[in-house]
Amino acid sequence: MSEHNYQPKSKFGKWFNDRLPLLTLANHLTDYPTPKNLNYWWTFGGILTFCLITQIITGLVLAMHYIAHADLAFSSVEHIMRDVNYGWLIRYIHANGASMFFLAVYIHIFRSLFYGSYKAPREIIWILGIMIYLLMMAAAFMGYVLPWGQMSFWGATVITNLFSAIPLVGESITTWLWGGYSVDNPTLTRFFTLHYLIPFLILGLVVLHIWALHVPGNNNPIGIDIKKPSKDTVSFHPYIVVKDLFALLLFLILFAFFVFYSPNVLGHADNYIEANPLVTPAHIVPEWYLLPFYAILRSIPDKLMGVIAMLSAILILAALPWLDTSKIRSAVFRPLYKQFYWILVLDVLILGYVGAMPAEGLYLLIARIGTAYYFAHFLIILPILGKVEKTLPLPMSISEPILGGSLNAEPARSKEDFQKL
Amino acid sequence: MSDQKKVNRRDFIYTASTVVGVVGVGAAAWPLIDQMNPDASVKALATTEVDVSLVKPGQSITVLWRGKPVFIKRRTENEIAEAKAVSLTELKHPEKDEDRASNPEWLVMLGVCTHLGCVPLADKGDYDGWFCPCHGSHYDTSGRIRKGPAPTNLEIPKYEFVNSNTIKIG
Repeated sequence: MSEHNYQPKSKFGKWFNDRLPLLTLANHLTDYPTPKNLNYWWTFGGILTFCLITQIITGLVLAMHYIAHADLAFSSVEHIMRDVNYGWLIRYIHANGASMFFLAVYIHIFRSLFYGSYKAPREIIWILGIMIYLLMMAAAFMGYVLPWGQMSFWGATVITNLFSAIPLVGESITTWLWGGYSVDNPTLTRFFTLHYLIPFLILGLVVLHIWALHVPGNNNPIGIDIKKPSKDTVSFHPYIVVKDLFALLLFLILFAFFVFYSPNVLGHADNYIEANPLVTPAHIVPEWYLLPFYAILRSIPDKLMGVIAMLSAILILAALPWLDTSKIRSAVFRPLYKQFYWILVLDVLILGYVGAMPAEGLYLLIARIGTAYYFAHFLIILPILGKVEKTLPLPMSISEPILGGSLNAEPARSKEDFQKL
Repeated sequence: MSDQKKVNRRDFIYTASTVVGVVGVGAAAWPLIDQMNPDASVKALATTEVDVSLVKPGQSITVLWRGKPVFIKRRTENEIAEAKAVSLTELKHPEKDEDRASNPEWLVMLGVCTHLGCVPLADKGDYDGWFCPCHGSHYDTSGRIRKGPAPTNLEIPKYEFVNSNTIKIG
Protein backbone atom coordinates (compact mmCIF):
# COMPACT_ATOMS: atom_id res chain seq x y z
CA MET A 1 0.00 0.00 0.00
CA SER A 2 1.02 3.54 -0.68
CA GLU A 3 1.18 4.93 2.86
CA HIS A 4 4.59 3.45 3.58
CA ASN A 5 6.28 5.90 1.26
CA TYR A 6 3.84 8.76 1.80
CA GLN A 7 5.55 12.15 2.11
CA PRO A 8 3.62 15.28 3.14
CA LYS A 9 4.01 18.10 0.65
CA SER A 10 4.56 21.04 3.00
CA LYS A 11 7.74 21.48 5.00
CA PHE A 12 5.83 21.77 8.28
CA GLY A 13 3.79 18.70 7.39
CA LYS A 14 6.96 16.73 6.82
CA TRP A 15 8.49 18.00 10.09
CA PHE A 16 5.34 17.08 12.02
CA ASN A 17 4.80 13.74 10.30
CA ASP A 18 8.34 12.64 11.10
CA ARG A 19 7.55 13.15 14.77
CA LEU A 20 3.94 11.89 14.85
CA PRO A 21 2.78 10.21 11.62
CA LEU A 22 -0.82 11.45 11.81
CA LEU A 23 -0.69 12.59 8.18
CA THR A 24 0.40 9.12 7.13
CA LEU A 25 -2.66 7.75 8.95
CA ALA A 26 -4.93 10.32 7.27
CA ASN A 27 -3.41 9.41 3.91
CA HIS A 28 -3.99 5.71 4.57
CA LEU A 29 -7.64 6.34 5.47
CA THR A 30 -8.16 8.49 2.37
CA ASP A 31 -6.50 6.18 -0.14
CA TYR A 32 -7.64 2.93 1.53
CA PRO A 33 -8.51 0.66 -1.43
CA THR A 34 -12.11 -0.52 -1.25
CA PRO A 35 -13.86 -3.12 -3.45
CA LYS A 36 -15.73 -1.22 -6.13
CA ASN A 37 -18.85 -3.41 -5.88
CA LEU A 38 -19.78 -2.57 -2.27
CA ASN A 39 -23.57 -2.13 -2.08
CA TYR A 40 -25.65 -0.04 0.32
CA TRP A 41 -25.58 -2.76 3.00
CA TRP A 42 -21.93 -1.76 3.43
CA THR A 43 -22.82 1.79 4.46
CA PHE A 44 -23.90 0.80 7.96
CA GLY A 45 -20.38 0.89 9.40
CA GLY A 46 -20.33 4.64 8.78
CA ILE A 47 -23.89 5.00 10.04
CA LEU A 48 -22.96 3.17 13.25
CA THR A 49 -19.99 5.47 13.81
CA PHE A 50 -22.37 8.39 13.44
CA CYS A 51 -24.78 6.77 15.96
CA LEU A 52 -22.01 6.26 18.53
CA ILE A 53 -20.82 9.86 18.28
CA THR A 54 -24.41 11.14 18.48
CA GLN A 55 -25.03 9.10 21.64
CA ILE A 56 -21.81 10.35 23.24
CA ILE A 57 -22.53 14.02 22.49
CA THR A 58 -26.21 13.97 23.49
CA GLY A 59 -25.36 11.84 26.53
CA LEU A 60 -22.73 14.32 27.65
CA VAL A 61 -25.31 17.12 27.49
CA LEU A 62 -27.97 15.09 29.34
CA ALA A 63 -25.47 14.27 32.10
CA MET A 64 -25.13 18.02 32.76
CA HIS A 65 -28.81 18.15 33.81
CA TYR A 66 -29.58 14.65 35.07
CA ILE A 67 -29.35 13.79 38.77
CA ALA A 68 -28.46 10.20 39.60
CA HIS A 69 -30.45 9.76 42.82
CA ALA A 70 -33.45 7.54 43.46
CA ASP A 71 -35.46 10.50 44.82
CA LEU A 72 -34.50 12.98 42.11
CA ALA A 73 -33.78 11.05 38.91
CA PHE A 74 -37.38 10.86 37.71
CA SER A 75 -38.07 14.56 38.25
CA SER A 76 -34.70 15.58 36.80
CA VAL A 77 -35.65 13.81 33.56
CA GLU A 78 -38.96 15.71 33.53
CA HIS A 79 -36.92 18.87 34.24
CA ILE A 80 -34.84 18.10 31.13
CA MET A 81 -38.03 17.58 29.10
CA ARG A 82 -39.83 20.73 30.27
CA ASP A 83 -37.32 23.33 31.49
CA VAL A 84 -33.92 22.80 29.88
CA ASN A 85 -33.50 24.64 26.56
CA TYR A 86 -33.92 22.05 23.81
CA GLY A 87 -33.81 19.39 26.53
CA TRP A 88 -36.75 17.58 24.94
CA LEU A 89 -34.90 17.41 21.63
CA ILE A 90 -31.63 16.20 23.08
CA ARG A 91 -33.31 13.56 25.24
CA TYR A 92 -35.50 12.31 22.38
CA ILE A 93 -32.45 12.08 20.11
CA HIS A 94 -30.60 10.12 22.81
CA ALA A 95 -33.50 7.76 23.57
CA ASN A 96 -34.44 7.13 19.94
CA GLY A 97 -30.76 7.17 19.02
CA ALA A 98 -30.34 3.98 21.04
CA SER A 99 -33.03 2.31 18.93
CA MET A 100 -31.50 3.61 15.70
CA PHE A 101 -28.10 2.36 16.86
CA PHE A 102 -29.51 -1.14 17.34
CA LEU A 103 -31.43 -1.03 14.06
CA ALA A 104 -28.19 -0.20 12.26
CA VAL A 105 -26.17 -2.79 14.16
CA TYR A 106 -28.67 -5.54 13.34
CA ILE A 107 -28.50 -4.67 9.64
CA HIS A 108 -24.70 -4.59 9.91
CA ILE A 109 -24.64 -8.03 11.61
CA PHE A 110 -27.09 -9.62 9.16
CA ARG A 111 -25.08 -8.17 6.26
CA SER A 112 -22.05 -10.01 7.65
CA LEU A 113 -24.10 -13.19 7.94
CA PHE A 114 -25.31 -12.96 4.33
CA TYR A 115 -21.96 -12.16 2.74
CA GLY A 116 -19.84 -14.32 5.05
CA SER A 117 -17.81 -11.35 6.29
CA TYR A 118 -17.00 -13.22 9.52
CA LYS A 119 -14.94 -15.86 7.73
CA ALA A 120 -11.15 -16.07 7.50
CA PRO A 121 -9.25 -13.79 7.53
CA ARG A 122 -11.80 -11.54 9.27
CA GLU A 123 -12.58 -13.55 12.45
CA ILE A 124 -11.04 -10.97 14.80
CA ILE A 125 -13.08 -8.15 13.22
CA TRP A 126 -16.18 -10.26 13.81
CA ILE A 127 -15.35 -11.08 17.44
CA LEU A 128 -14.56 -7.43 18.20
CA GLY A 129 -17.95 -6.64 16.69
CA ILE A 130 -19.68 -9.13 18.99
CA MET A 131 -17.90 -7.52 21.96
CA ILE A 132 -19.13 -4.11 20.82
CA TYR A 133 -22.66 -5.53 20.51
CA LEU A 134 -22.51 -6.96 24.06
CA LEU A 135 -21.31 -3.61 25.45
CA MET A 136 -24.07 -1.85 23.49
CA MET A 137 -26.65 -4.05 25.18
CA ALA A 138 -25.12 -3.33 28.61
CA ALA A 139 -25.07 0.42 27.90
CA ALA A 140 -28.64 0.41 26.58
CA PHE A 141 -29.93 -1.57 29.56
CA MET A 142 -28.26 0.72 32.12
CA GLY A 143 -29.34 3.82 30.23
CA TYR A 144 -32.94 2.63 30.34
CA VAL A 145 -32.70 2.37 34.15
CA LEU A 146 -31.63 6.01 34.62
CA PRO A 147 -35.06 7.74 34.21
CA TRP A 148 -36.17 5.65 37.23
CA GLY A 149 -39.63 4.92 35.90
CA GLN A 150 -41.55 1.71 36.49
CA MET A 151 -40.02 -0.06 33.46
CA SER A 152 -36.57 1.19 34.48
CA PHE A 153 -36.92 -0.23 37.96
CA TRP A 154 -38.49 -3.56 37.07
CA GLY A 155 -36.33 -4.08 34.02
CA ALA A 156 -33.30 -3.58 36.27
CA THR A 157 -34.78 -6.00 38.81
CA VAL A 158 -35.43 -8.74 36.27
CA ILE A 159 -32.07 -8.42 34.48
CA THR A 160 -29.96 -8.24 37.64
CA ASN A 161 -31.88 -11.24 39.00
CA LEU A 162 -30.57 -13.25 36.04
CA PHE A 163 -27.32 -13.44 38.00
CA SER A 164 -29.10 -15.05 40.95
CA ALA A 165 -29.50 -18.15 38.76
CA ILE A 166 -25.77 -18.87 39.16
CA PRO A 167 -25.39 -21.77 41.61
CA LEU A 168 -23.91 -21.07 45.09
CA VAL A 169 -22.67 -17.51 44.56
CA GLY A 170 -25.66 -16.13 42.62
CA GLU A 171 -27.31 -14.39 45.60
CA SER A 172 -24.04 -12.76 46.73
CA ILE A 173 -23.30 -11.55 43.20
CA THR A 174 -26.79 -10.05 42.89
CA THR A 175 -26.45 -8.27 46.25
CA TRP A 176 -23.05 -7.00 45.17
CA LEU A 177 -24.46 -5.67 41.89
CA TRP A 178 -27.31 -3.94 43.73
CA GLY A 179 -25.25 -2.59 46.65
CA GLY A 180 -28.21 -3.56 48.81
CA TYR A 181 -30.98 -6.12 49.08
CA SER A 182 -32.95 -4.80 46.13
CA VAL A 183 -32.54 -2.37 43.24
CA ASP A 184 -32.19 1.00 44.96
CA ASN A 185 -30.17 4.21 45.05
CA PRO A 186 -26.72 2.49 45.13
CA THR A 187 -27.76 0.55 42.02
CA LEU A 188 -28.82 3.73 40.22
CA THR A 189 -25.59 5.62 40.92
CA ARG A 190 -23.35 2.78 39.75
CA PHE A 191 -25.45 2.23 36.64
CA PHE A 192 -25.08 5.91 35.80
CA THR A 193 -21.30 5.68 36.21
CA LEU A 194 -21.07 2.58 34.01
CA HIS A 195 -23.50 4.00 31.46
CA TYR A 196 -21.12 6.95 31.12
CA LEU A 197 -18.05 4.71 30.86
CA ILE A 198 -19.21 2.06 28.38
CA PRO A 199 -19.52 4.30 25.27
CA PHE A 200 -15.82 5.12 25.57
CA LEU A 201 -14.98 1.42 25.86
CA ILE A 202 -17.07 0.90 22.72
CA LEU A 203 -15.17 3.72 21.02
CA GLY A 204 -11.89 1.95 21.83
CA LEU A 205 -13.21 -1.32 20.44
CA VAL A 206 -14.45 0.48 17.32
CA VAL A 207 -10.90 1.72 16.68
CA LEU A 208 -9.64 -1.88 16.97
CA HIS A 209 -12.56 -3.10 14.80
CA ILE A 210 -11.59 -0.66 12.02
CA TRP A 211 -7.89 -1.36 12.48
CA ALA A 212 -8.53 -5.10 12.12
CA LEU A 213 -10.68 -4.34 9.06
CA HIS A 214 -7.89 -2.39 7.40
CA VAL A 215 -5.50 -5.35 7.58
CA PRO A 216 -7.30 -7.68 5.11
CA GLY A 217 -9.54 -4.93 3.70
CA ASN A 218 -13.29 -5.08 3.12
CA ASN A 219 -15.17 -8.20 2.13
CA ASN A 220 -17.50 -7.57 -0.83
CA PRO A 221 -20.84 -8.81 -2.18
CA ILE A 222 -19.29 -11.63 -4.22
CA GLY A 223 -17.00 -12.52 -1.34
CA ILE A 224 -13.86 -13.32 -3.34
CA ASP A 225 -10.35 -12.23 -2.44
CA ILE A 226 -9.21 -9.31 -4.56
CA LYS A 227 -5.88 -7.67 -5.21
CA LYS A 228 -5.48 -4.29 -3.55
CA PRO A 229 -5.12 -1.76 -4.99
CA SER A 230 -6.27 -2.91 -8.42
CA LYS A 231 -8.97 -2.40 -11.04
CA ASP A 232 -11.30 -4.07 -8.55
CA THR A 233 -10.86 -1.30 -6.00
CA VAL A 234 -11.60 2.37 -5.62
CA SER A 235 -10.13 4.71 -3.03
CA PHE A 236 -12.17 5.24 0.15
CA HIS A 237 -12.24 8.97 -0.49
CA PRO A 238 -14.22 10.25 -2.30
CA TYR A 239 -16.13 7.18 -3.57
CA ILE A 240 -17.08 5.43 -0.35
CA VAL A 241 -17.25 8.64 1.67
CA VAL A 242 -19.88 10.09 -0.66
CA LYS A 243 -21.87 6.86 -0.77
CA ASP A 244 -21.75 6.55 3.04
CA LEU A 245 -22.89 10.15 3.43
CA PHE A 246 -25.81 9.64 1.07
CA ALA A 247 -26.88 6.51 2.97
CA LEU A 248 -26.51 8.44 6.23
CA LEU A 249 -28.87 11.13 4.92
CA LEU A 250 -31.53 8.52 4.16
CA PHE A 251 -31.00 6.98 7.59
CA LEU A 252 -31.35 10.41 9.22
CA ILE A 253 -34.78 10.83 7.61
CA LEU A 254 -35.97 7.74 9.49
CA PHE A 255 -34.18 8.92 12.65
CA ALA A 256 -35.82 12.36 12.41
CA PHE A 257 -39.22 10.78 11.83
CA PHE A 258 -39.01 9.02 15.19
CA VAL A 259 -37.53 12.01 17.05
CA PHE A 260 -40.04 14.55 15.75
CA TYR A 261 -43.20 12.60 14.98
CA SER A 262 -43.33 9.59 17.30
CA PRO A 263 -40.63 9.99 19.94
CA ASN A 264 -42.30 7.62 22.41
CA VAL A 265 -43.53 4.90 20.10
CA LEU A 266 -40.49 2.71 20.78
CA GLY A 267 -40.72 3.19 24.57
CA HIS A 268 -43.28 2.09 27.15
CA ALA A 269 -45.91 4.32 28.71
CA ASP A 270 -45.21 2.69 32.09
CA ASN A 271 -41.84 4.43 32.22
CA TYR A 272 -43.63 7.74 32.75
CA ILE A 273 -44.75 6.38 36.14
CA GLU A 274 -42.12 6.82 38.85
CA ALA A 275 -40.44 3.63 40.12
CA ASN A 276 -42.43 1.84 42.83
CA PRO A 277 -40.78 -1.17 44.51
CA LEU A 278 -44.18 -2.46 45.72
CA VAL A 279 -45.94 -2.79 42.37
CA THR A 280 -44.75 -4.64 39.30
CA PRO A 281 -46.31 -3.43 36.03
CA ALA A 282 -48.74 -6.01 34.63
CA HIS A 283 -46.67 -6.62 31.53
CA ILE A 284 -42.91 -6.17 31.66
CA VAL A 285 -41.25 -5.97 28.26
CA PRO A 286 -37.67 -5.03 27.46
CA GLU A 287 -36.86 -2.61 24.66
CA TRP A 288 -37.57 -4.01 21.21
CA TYR A 289 -33.93 -4.74 20.40
CA LEU A 290 -33.63 -7.25 23.26
CA LEU A 291 -36.91 -9.07 22.59
CA PRO A 292 -35.56 -12.13 20.68
CA PHE A 293 -33.23 -12.94 23.57
CA TYR A 294 -36.00 -12.30 26.07
CA ALA A 295 -38.17 -14.81 24.18
CA ILE A 296 -35.36 -17.38 24.43
CA LEU A 297 -35.05 -16.73 28.18
CA ARG A 298 -38.76 -17.27 28.75
CA SER A 299 -39.07 -20.29 26.48
CA ILE A 300 -37.07 -22.46 28.90
CA PRO A 301 -39.08 -23.53 31.97
CA ASP A 302 -35.98 -23.75 34.19
CA LYS A 303 -34.41 -20.59 35.65
CA LEU A 304 -30.71 -21.47 35.31
CA MET A 305 -31.13 -23.13 31.92
CA GLY A 306 -33.13 -20.15 30.66
CA VAL A 307 -30.33 -17.77 31.58
CA ILE A 308 -27.72 -20.08 30.04
CA ALA A 309 -29.74 -20.35 26.82
CA MET A 310 -30.12 -16.58 26.56
CA LEU A 311 -26.40 -15.92 27.05
CA SER A 312 -25.46 -18.77 24.69
CA ALA A 313 -27.70 -17.29 22.00
CA ILE A 314 -25.40 -14.25 21.95
CA LEU A 315 -22.07 -15.94 22.63
CA ILE A 316 -22.65 -18.60 19.97
CA LEU A 317 -22.16 -15.81 17.43
CA ALA A 318 -18.51 -15.50 18.49
CA ALA A 319 -17.94 -19.13 17.44
CA LEU A 320 -19.62 -18.60 14.08
CA PRO A 321 -16.41 -18.40 12.00
CA TRP A 322 -15.65 -21.97 13.09
CA LEU A 323 -19.22 -23.31 13.04
CA ASP A 324 -19.72 -22.32 9.42
CA THR A 325 -17.55 -24.85 7.60
CA SER A 326 -18.08 -23.46 4.09
CA LYS A 327 -15.09 -21.79 2.47
CA ILE A 328 -17.39 -19.76 0.17
CA ARG A 329 -18.16 -16.41 1.77
CA SER A 330 -21.04 -14.84 -0.11
CA ALA A 331 -24.55 -16.34 0.01
CA VAL A 332 -24.84 -15.31 -3.65
CA PHE A 333 -22.93 -18.51 -4.53
CA ARG A 334 -24.54 -20.67 -1.81
CA PRO A 335 -28.09 -21.48 -2.97
CA LEU A 336 -28.97 -23.56 0.11
CA TYR A 337 -27.35 -21.27 2.67
CA LYS A 338 -29.26 -18.36 1.15
CA GLN A 339 -32.55 -20.07 1.98
CA PHE A 340 -31.48 -20.97 5.54
CA TYR A 341 -30.27 -17.39 5.98
CA TRP A 342 -33.74 -16.02 5.28
CA ILE A 343 -35.31 -18.63 7.55
CA LEU A 344 -32.97 -17.43 10.32
CA VAL A 345 -33.98 -13.82 9.70
CA LEU A 346 -37.62 -14.85 9.93
CA ASP A 347 -36.92 -16.92 13.05
CA VAL A 348 -35.30 -13.96 14.83
CA LEU A 349 -38.21 -11.68 13.85
CA ILE A 350 -40.71 -14.23 15.15
CA LEU A 351 -38.75 -14.60 18.40
CA GLY A 352 -38.82 -10.82 18.72
CA TYR A 353 -42.59 -10.82 18.25
CA VAL A 354 -43.33 -13.57 20.79
CA GLY A 355 -40.86 -11.91 23.19
CA ALA A 356 -43.27 -8.97 23.35
CA MET A 357 -46.30 -11.22 23.95
CA PRO A 358 -47.32 -12.92 27.22
CA ALA A 359 -45.36 -16.13 27.88
CA GLU A 360 -48.26 -18.57 27.71
CA GLY A 361 -50.20 -20.85 25.40
CA LEU A 362 -49.41 -20.66 21.70
CA TYR A 363 -46.82 -17.88 22.15
CA LEU A 364 -44.80 -20.11 24.45
CA LEU A 365 -44.92 -22.95 21.96
CA ILE A 366 -43.79 -20.69 19.11
CA ALA A 367 -40.98 -19.32 21.30
CA ARG A 368 -39.79 -22.86 22.02
CA ILE A 369 -39.77 -23.87 18.37
CA GLY A 370 -38.06 -20.59 17.46
CA THR A 371 -35.40 -21.09 20.15
CA ALA A 372 -34.74 -24.67 19.04
CA TYR A 373 -34.40 -23.55 15.45
CA TYR A 374 -32.08 -20.67 16.34
CA PHE A 375 -29.59 -23.03 17.97
CA ALA A 376 -30.07 -25.68 15.28
CA HIS A 377 -29.13 -23.12 12.63
CA PHE A 378 -25.73 -22.50 14.19
CA LEU A 379 -24.96 -25.89 15.71
CA ILE A 380 -26.39 -28.32 13.14
CA ILE A 381 -27.31 -26.66 9.84
CA LEU A 382 -24.21 -24.51 9.30
CA PRO A 383 -21.56 -27.19 10.08
CA ILE A 384 -23.32 -29.74 7.83
CA LEU A 385 -24.21 -27.31 5.05
CA GLY A 386 -20.58 -26.39 4.45
CA LYS A 387 -19.81 -30.05 3.75
CA VAL A 388 -22.76 -31.00 1.55
CA GLU A 389 -23.78 -27.84 -0.29
CA LYS A 390 -23.07 -27.62 -4.02
CA THR A 391 -21.96 -24.03 -4.50
CA LEU A 392 -22.05 -22.00 -7.70
CA PRO A 393 -18.81 -21.18 -9.57
CA LEU A 394 -17.03 -18.06 -8.31
CA PRO A 395 -16.03 -15.31 -10.77
CA MET A 396 -12.29 -14.63 -11.18
CA SER A 397 -12.58 -10.99 -10.22
CA ILE A 398 -15.13 -8.31 -9.39
CA SER A 399 -14.81 -6.95 -12.94
CA GLU A 400 -15.54 -10.31 -14.58
CA PRO A 401 -19.33 -10.56 -14.13
CA ILE A 402 -19.77 -6.90 -15.10
CA LEU A 403 -17.37 -6.67 -18.02
CA GLY A 404 -17.87 -10.12 -19.53
CA GLY A 405 -14.81 -11.88 -18.30
CA SER A 406 -12.16 -9.46 -19.49
CA LEU A 407 -9.60 -8.82 -16.83
CA ASN A 408 -8.11 -6.06 -18.95
CA ALA A 409 -11.19 -3.89 -19.12
CA GLU A 410 -11.08 -0.14 -18.71
CA PRO A 411 -10.25 0.84 -15.14
CA ALA A 412 -12.86 2.58 -13.02
CA ARG A 413 -12.75 6.33 -13.21
CA SER A 414 -9.66 7.56 -11.43
CA LYS A 415 -9.66 9.95 -8.52
CA GLU A 416 -8.29 12.71 -10.75
CA ASP A 417 -11.17 12.26 -13.22
CA PHE A 418 -13.61 12.48 -10.36
CA GLN A 419 -12.15 15.76 -9.18
CA LYS A 420 -12.47 17.23 -12.69
CA LEU A 421 -16.21 16.54 -12.75
CA MET B 1 25.77 -27.47 34.35
CA SER B 2 26.47 -24.13 35.99
CA ASP B 3 24.46 -22.43 33.19
CA GLN B 4 21.50 -24.64 34.01
CA LYS B 5 21.67 -23.58 37.67
CA LYS B 6 21.69 -19.88 36.77
CA VAL B 7 18.55 -20.30 34.67
CA ASN B 8 16.76 -22.03 37.53
CA ARG B 9 17.65 -19.23 39.94
CA ARG B 10 16.31 -16.69 37.49
CA ASP B 11 13.12 -18.75 37.00
CA PHE B 12 12.59 -18.72 40.75
CA ILE B 13 12.97 -14.95 40.90
CA TYR B 14 10.52 -14.48 38.00
CA THR B 15 7.94 -16.75 39.60
CA ALA B 16 8.35 -15.24 43.06
CA SER B 17 8.05 -11.67 41.79
CA THR B 18 5.00 -12.58 39.71
CA VAL B 19 3.34 -14.11 42.78
CA VAL B 20 4.11 -11.03 44.88
CA GLY B 21 2.72 -8.86 42.07
CA VAL B 22 -0.50 -10.87 41.78
CA VAL B 23 -1.06 -10.82 45.55
CA GLY B 24 -0.38 -7.09 45.63
CA VAL B 25 -2.79 -6.34 42.78
CA GLY B 26 -5.40 -8.61 44.38
CA ALA B 27 -5.07 -6.84 47.74
CA ALA B 28 -5.37 -3.45 46.04
CA ALA B 29 -8.38 -4.59 43.99
CA TRP B 30 -10.39 -5.94 46.92
CA PRO B 31 -11.47 -2.54 48.38
CA LEU B 32 -12.49 -1.50 44.87
CA ILE B 33 -14.67 -4.59 44.57
CA ASP B 34 -16.03 -4.67 48.11
CA GLN B 35 -17.15 -1.02 48.01
CA MET B 36 -20.02 -2.21 45.84
CA ASN B 37 -21.43 -4.47 48.57
CA PRO B 38 -24.24 -3.14 50.84
CA ASP B 39 -22.88 -0.29 52.95
CA ALA B 40 -23.39 0.36 56.67
CA SER B 41 -26.45 2.58 56.12
CA VAL B 42 -28.16 -0.10 54.03
CA LYS B 43 -27.40 -2.81 56.58
CA ALA B 44 -28.71 -0.59 59.40
CA LEU B 45 -32.26 -0.88 58.01
CA ALA B 46 -32.30 -4.61 58.58
CA THR B 47 -35.41 -4.90 60.83
CA THR B 48 -38.96 -3.57 60.55
CA GLU B 49 -41.83 -3.79 63.08
CA VAL B 50 -45.37 -4.03 61.74
CA ASP B 51 -48.70 -3.54 63.56
CA VAL B 52 -51.09 -6.17 62.22
CA SER B 53 -54.05 -5.57 64.59
CA LEU B 54 -56.27 -4.21 61.79
CA VAL B 55 -55.74 -7.10 59.37
CA LYS B 56 -58.89 -9.24 59.14
CA PRO B 57 -59.00 -12.90 58.00
CA GLY B 58 -58.62 -13.08 54.23
CA GLN B 59 -56.83 -9.74 54.10
CA SER B 60 -53.22 -9.17 53.29
CA ILE B 61 -50.89 -6.22 53.74
CA THR B 62 -47.61 -5.45 52.02
CA VAL B 63 -44.78 -3.75 53.88
CA LEU B 64 -41.33 -2.73 52.73
CA TRP B 65 -38.36 -4.47 54.37
CA ARG B 66 -34.81 -3.88 53.11
CA GLY B 67 -36.28 -2.39 49.93
CA LYS B 68 -38.33 -5.51 49.24
CA PRO B 69 -42.07 -6.05 49.68
CA VAL B 70 -43.14 -8.49 52.41
CA PHE B 71 -46.62 -10.02 52.23
CA ILE B 72 -48.36 -10.48 55.58
CA LYS B 73 -51.45 -12.55 54.89
CA ARG B 74 -54.06 -13.51 57.50
CA ARG B 75 -55.39 -16.69 55.94
CA THR B 76 -58.95 -17.98 56.10
CA GLU B 77 -59.81 -21.49 57.29
CA ASN B 78 -60.34 -22.56 53.67
CA GLU B 79 -56.98 -21.29 52.55
CA ILE B 80 -55.20 -23.05 55.43
CA ALA B 81 -57.07 -26.27 54.68
CA GLU B 82 -56.19 -26.01 51.00
CA ALA B 83 -52.50 -25.48 51.78
CA LYS B 84 -52.42 -28.41 54.20
CA ALA B 85 -54.23 -30.76 51.84
CA VAL B 86 -51.46 -30.65 49.20
CA SER B 87 -49.30 -33.76 49.11
CA LEU B 88 -45.55 -33.06 49.15
CA THR B 89 -45.01 -35.20 46.06
CA GLU B 90 -46.95 -32.69 43.97
CA LEU B 91 -44.52 -29.90 44.84
CA LYS B 92 -41.53 -28.70 42.85
CA HIS B 93 -39.94 -27.42 46.08
CA PRO B 94 -41.45 -29.65 48.79
CA GLU B 95 -42.14 -27.82 52.05
CA LYS B 96 -44.89 -28.50 54.57
CA ASP B 97 -47.32 -25.66 55.23
CA GLU B 98 -46.56 -26.01 58.99
CA ASP B 99 -42.92 -25.27 58.30
CA ARG B 100 -43.79 -22.15 56.33
CA ALA B 101 -46.37 -20.71 58.72
CA SER B 102 -45.72 -21.66 62.35
CA ASN B 103 -48.95 -19.87 63.25
CA PRO B 104 -51.13 -21.16 60.38
CA GLU B 105 -53.30 -18.05 60.43
CA TRP B 106 -50.38 -15.79 59.52
CA LEU B 107 -48.32 -16.29 56.40
CA VAL B 108 -45.34 -13.92 56.28
CA MET B 109 -43.17 -14.11 53.18
CA LEU B 110 -41.14 -12.02 50.75
CA GLY B 111 -43.28 -10.72 47.91
CA VAL B 112 -40.47 -11.36 45.50
CA CYS B 113 -40.88 -13.97 42.80
CA THR B 114 -37.99 -16.43 43.05
CA HIS B 115 -37.66 -16.43 39.28
CA LEU B 116 -36.52 -12.90 38.43
CA GLY B 117 -37.72 -10.77 41.30
CA CYS B 118 -41.10 -9.32 40.27
CA VAL B 119 -43.88 -8.79 42.82
CA PRO B 120 -46.56 -11.51 42.44
CA LEU B 121 -50.22 -10.49 42.44
CA ALA B 122 -52.45 -11.74 45.28
CA ASP B 123 -55.55 -13.94 44.80
CA LYS B 124 -54.62 -14.84 41.27
CA GLY B 125 -53.34 -17.85 39.39
CA ASP B 126 -54.44 -21.48 39.17
CA TYR B 127 -53.84 -22.28 42.86
CA ASP B 128 -55.77 -19.46 44.62
CA GLY B 129 -52.53 -17.95 45.87
CA TRP B 130 -50.24 -15.63 43.96
CA PHE B 131 -49.41 -15.19 40.31
CA CYS B 132 -46.34 -13.47 38.93
CA PRO B 133 -47.26 -11.36 35.89
CA CYS B 134 -43.72 -11.23 34.53
CA HIS B 135 -43.09 -14.81 33.50
CA GLY B 136 -46.17 -16.67 34.65
CA SER B 137 -45.26 -18.43 37.94
CA HIS B 138 -48.23 -19.70 40.01
CA TYR B 139 -47.97 -19.97 43.82
CA ASP B 140 -50.48 -21.68 46.15
CA THR B 141 -52.07 -20.42 49.39
CA SER B 142 -48.85 -21.28 51.19
CA GLY B 143 -46.70 -19.34 48.70
CA ARG B 144 -45.27 -22.53 47.23
CA ILE B 145 -44.34 -22.70 43.56
CA ARG B 146 -46.77 -24.91 41.63
CA LYS B 147 -46.38 -23.98 38.00
CA GLY B 148 -44.04 -21.78 35.92
CA PRO B 149 -40.32 -21.00 35.75
CA ALA B 150 -39.65 -20.00 39.39
CA PRO B 151 -37.31 -22.57 41.00
CA THR B 152 -38.33 -22.26 44.68
CA ASN B 153 -41.18 -21.27 46.98
CA LEU B 154 -41.59 -17.63 48.02
CA GLU B 155 -38.97 -17.01 50.68
CA ILE B 156 -39.94 -16.82 54.35
CA PRO B 157 -37.93 -14.05 56.05
CA LYS B 158 -36.82 -14.25 59.68
CA TYR B 159 -39.69 -12.83 61.75
CA GLU B 160 -41.30 -13.11 65.17
CA PHE B 161 -44.44 -11.96 66.98
CA VAL B 162 -43.25 -9.34 69.48
CA ASN B 163 -46.78 -9.41 70.94
CA SER B 164 -50.10 -10.59 69.51
CA ASN B 165 -50.44 -7.46 67.36
CA THR B 166 -46.89 -6.80 66.22
CA ILE B 167 -44.61 -8.69 63.89
CA LYS B 168 -40.89 -7.92 63.78
CA ILE B 169 -39.32 -8.79 60.45
CA GLY B 170 -35.56 -9.33 60.16
